[in-house]
Amino acid sequence: MTERIVIVGAGTGGIVLANNLAEELATEIDAGDIEVQLVNDGEDHVYKPTWLYVPFGEKTLADATRPLVDLVDDRIDLTIDRVDGVDTDDKTVSLAGAGVDESYDHLVLAMGAQVTPEETPGLAEGGHHFYGPEGAAALRDELAEFTEGHLVVSVVGVPHMCPVAPLEFALMADAWFRDRGLREDVDITYTYPIGRAHGIESVAEWAGPLMDGRDVEVETFFNAERVDPDTKTIHTVEGRELDYDLLVAIPPHDGSDLVREAGLGDDGWVDVDPNTLEARGADDVYALGDVADLPTSKAGSAAHYAAGALADRLASIARGERPTAEYDGKTVCFIESGTDEATYIAFDYEESPTPKPPSKLIHWSKLGYNRSYWLTARGVL
Amino acid sequence: MSETDERADVTVDAVGSSCPGPLMDLIGKMKSVESGTVVELLSSNEGTEKDLTEWTEQSGHELVDIVDHGDHQSYYVRKR
Ligand SMILES: Cc1cc2nc3c(=O)[nH]c(=O)nc-3n(C[C@H](O)[C@H](O)[C@H](O)COP(=O)(O)OP(=O)(O)OC[C@H]3O[C@@H](n4cnc5c(N)ncnc54)[C@H](O)[C@@H]3O)c2cc1C
Repeated sequence: MTERIVIVGAGTGGIVLANNLAEELATEIDAGDIEVQLVNDGEDHVYKPTWLYVPFGEKTLADATRPLVDLVDDRIDLTIDRVDGVDTDDKTVSLAGAGVDESYDHLVLAMGAQVTPEETPGLAEGGHHFYGPEGAAALRDELAEFTEGHLVVSVVGVPHMCPVAPLEFALMADAWFRDRGLREDVDITYTYPIGRAHGIESVAEWAGPLMDGRDVEVETFFNAERVDPDTKTIHTVEGRELDYDLLVAIPPHDGSDLVREAGLGDDGWVDVDPNTLEARGADDVYALGDVADLPTSKAGSAAHYAAGALADRLASIARGERPTAEYDGKTVCFIESGTDEATYIAFDYEESPTPKPPSKLIHWSKLGYNRSYWLTARGVL
Repeated sequence: MSETDERADVTVDAVGSSCPGPLMDLIGKMKSVESGTVVELLSSNEGTEKDLTEWTEQSGHELVDIVDHGDHQSYYVRKR
């Protein structure tokens, strides 16, 4: 009997997992003992970190995508379709387009996170974001016209993808307006939900003085409850109001209805063991990347490292061996702190990060990594 | 079960979440409930009490009670 591994979602986590499995299980796949099916609801792989650069005209939306067929190993059965149901009793997933149920022996959920600006009243109409292709392109057009006024960068949704992207956007905007000789006419405010500038304490300690030095106003304990697009005002849960001319929000995020409906996590994030990535709600189901409820950030690097560990585990299980590889929460995030300098943080479930002093070299490393990312997606790097 | 336990209208379970997860989960819930609602936050994170005390002082929502269950705590917050 052929053993079937089905992966839902060919983003960073799903594609790295599939390509690693293709390599680790090449012999078994070639012999027809194991099949790996990767299902994605679009033909392209999307590298979301590119969107940070789109509003500043430094990258295009096309830079963020590559056809999956060019990236996925031939040993993988790549299926372009949308999964619209998971039945963990029958061990099947249903494909919306084909209208068929596919059976699995091992199921990996890697559907990422969805942004839901409509959850905050007025936000979709009154605010911009760079957390999706249309949003990033609309913001690029808006920024190009914006020559004076109050720019508010507001973290509305937590958890959100890439813990540091909001900080990066504020610092890049500061440098971008300076470079264009407009900074004196643009006020920048950055708002964060809790009592400091970032969820990770050491990052907050690093970012606070930096923002101060760049003349970026920081508002903490600031949680947008609704936005009034007519008066251009943000109203918060704390009872405060803030006027803006251009609002760039980190929108609320959601997991997946599939997860809720399958009883794998009430909030749409899959409840998993953080080390083995096994779902707590069903047997032979795993989750990695943003859709997993893990005590680390929703970051591509976390999805990448988790995929490596899960590939090792699944390969062992498929061969009838006892799996020993575990994901330790490793996450690495580069942080752009202007238009030509950056730093980075590295951490895991045990270790907190310490940002290094920003440098041009790290900035070029980030840009270099963005280009070599396509090797990561192929499972090479 | 204490008196306050019975008064919670909604419970947010953030046991096991690291900082600032529990406070964020609570704030997320506070956005969607009516004024006067008492939300119970379950947290095992040691930073929660400080974060929550600061947030309620700033925001005007009321930290009604804290109940220690040993391995985790219940924080009761009334939306103003
Ligand atoms: C602006 C921005 C900047 C970022 N910067 C960084 C950074 O610098 N460093 C970093 O590490 N991370 C960064 N991230 C975060 C990173 O992009 C994500 O954490 C990463 O993409 C998560 O990978 P994933 O595989 O979990 O999900 P995704 O990459 O989101 O992939 C999910 C895939 O599943 C598919 N899918 C969803 N539902 C279904 C379904 N029902 N059926 C079939 N297919 C489905 C989607 O189409 C998608 O292809 C950034 C994110 C954003 C938005």
